[in-house]
Amino acid sequence: MHGALSPAADALASEVPPAPQRHQSYLRVVFGRFLRQPIPVIAAVILLAIILAAVGADLVAPHDPFQTRVSRRLAAIGTSDRLLGGDELGRDVLTRLIYGGRISLTMAIVPVAIGLFIGGFLGILAGYAGGRVNMAIMRAMDVFYAFPSILLAVAIAGALGPGLVNGILALSLVFIPPIARMAESVTTQVRGYEYVVAARLSGASTVRILREHVLSNVAGPILVFSSSQVSVSIIAASGLSFLGLGVSPPLADWGLMLSALRQSIYVNPWVAALPGAMIFITSMSFNLVSDGVRKSMEVRR
Amino acid sequence: MSLQLSRPAPLRQIEDRGGPAQPLLIAKGLRKWFRLSGGLFGRAATVVRAVDDFDLEVKKGETVGIVGESGCGKSTAARLISGITPADEGEVVLDGESFFAPRSRISREQRRAVQMVFQDSASSLNPRMTITETIAFGPRAHGVSRAEARDYALDLLAGVGLPPSRFGERYPVALSGGQRQRVNIARAIAMRPRLLVLDEPVSALDKSVEAQVLNLLVRMREELGLSYVFISHDLNVVRYISDRVIVMYLGQIVEQADAGDLFATPRHPYTRALFASKPSLDPRHRVQVAPLVGDPPDPVNPPSGCRFRTRCPIAEPLCAAAKPPLDIIPGSGDGHRAACWAAIPGSGHSLSANAGVLQ
Repeated sequence: MHGALSPAADALASEVPPAPQRHQSYLRVVFGRFLRQPIPVIAAVILLAIILAAVGADLVAPHDPFQTRVSRRLAAIGTSDRLLGGDELGRDVLTRLIYGGRISLTMAIVPVAIGLFIGGFLGILAGYAGGRVNMAIMRAMDVFYAFPSILLAVAIAGALGPGLVNGILALSLVFIPPIARMAESVTTQVRGYEYVVAARLSGASTVRILREHVLSNVAGPILVFSSSQVSVSIIAASGLSFLGLGVSPPLADWGLMLSALRQSIYVNPWVAALPGAMIFITSMSFNLVSDGVRKSMEVRR
Repeated sequence: MSLQLSRPAPLRQIEDRGGPAQPLLIAKGLRKWFRLSGGLFGRAATVVRAVDDFDLEVKKGETVGIVGESGCGKSTAARLISGITPADEGEVVLDGESFFAPRSRISREQRRAVQMVFQDSASSLNPRMTITETIAFGPRAHGVSRAEARDYALDLLAGVGLPPSRFGERYPVALSGGQRQRVNIARAIAMRPRLLVLDEPVSALDKSVEAQVLNLLVRMREELGLSYVFISHDLNVVRYISDRVIVMYLGQIVEQADAGDLFATPRHPYTRALFASKPSLDPRHRVQVAPLVGDPPDPVNPPSGCRFRTRCPIAEPLCAAAKPPLDIIPGSGDGHRAACWAAIPGSGHSLSANAGVLQ
């Protein structure tokens, strides 16, 4: 039976046709697939425009966001120096929407980022350790699940008092549990894979296994899930501002603007609807983009 | 290491301590029960008896095959032997030194002596690492520098028949099943182990590739002086590669013997049924009736006495009353053991008197 041994290695070379020498990196493959989906690309462009406008508000905005003008109170859309109308104090709505994006986007993205770090860490720890550690962490997370997320944010923000920082803090606490749960479930799955078992058999330390084998395989799904949570966060953040638990006037914020313009909805419904439209468009875009990324990351065999 | 490497391996050979007479691995009384649910508030806990009272001895240079149908505890046994799943009870001794005991840690240096090769599947290799990185990971964990580990990995790829210039930078998705299995083998031997536990290493491969991988395994065993524990449900494969074979049923060993002896004169009715279910190429030996009917019993509530009695053609009341010991069967080859009352002389089973001429 030993005579048959040597041809084995040579025969192998013909098993599969030669593949290109260097393989495209994973990120480039994902990016290429993303570009081939029209709707997520459009959403990404809209999102990018909103973010850029918010960041460069000082350059883009046509007016001073705090400059009131009695003659332009509740001006209609298309008025000469109030392109998207004027608010209840005659300030330029377009300018305030652009400046409002700063606070609204901050209050949407920062809590999810904090939730991603803390929730991701807790979830990966729970998933990889398993057993009692998992039980302790995940049952603690379940306590937060007992409350509807918006209600929880309102309750925490109410207890802490209004303000940007408190709003962010309240929302962060809301986003830790779902992200932890997501991270836990993918890590538990990856932990059982043979390549992780093989890594453990080699005697590598847990930290090394987590860093080199686990993290790269769970990061994708966790990131995609977190980015989809941004759309939830925008709505929750606007809700807090709407209730007066976010930033205080005269600062601009989409939720706050919606709350103030709501009273003039019978006078000038189109202007009143604009902050709501911004919230809707941004939230929708985040959702579509993260959906597109998720689809591009699916492993095809 | 006589495997042709272009430079010396960065991990040192684990030296032999016990001499040739000392078995490489002795596993004694390994037991693993998995708790399913309950047990907290007075409800009885549901326990799956995956592996019960498992003994194994692997001599230096020997290949021990483990066969049995799906769900009989073969894979759990493999993970207990390698210490990756801690056994509830029992111990594993490696070359005279304690390797695994409950509630004790296996040191990093000891750990590398026993490596596993898994069935080829989507999850046997990290999809985010090139195969070079995958092989280099273990040596790096043992303090080998990144560059040195990489060179070593490329050498090993060549050693298992994958030209590194063509395959080194590939990701697992760009490999065929047989090629992935070669990478799995290279990853295991990179640690310079003494024992390889192969858990269904060729079961997912098609026949022509299976033969190549088996030949590679045989070559490695000779060149590197390895011992194997080879798990498979394919009797032909086990017969080809094994010196000794263990037959498992429902978490327990029912028969063990030298490969030739076992295939020539199986003593346990389960082993015979297993062999009879192997399709024959000879039409005169065509099987008319399926030798084993139905699924194995629930491992949560295994039958009393002999666990095979519910499907056994020669079961008698004695078999339900007492569990047969895994005894040496007189009149068979060296070390042939079977756990069957009918094979043990003077047991009281109606067939036991002429146990020597059974079959």
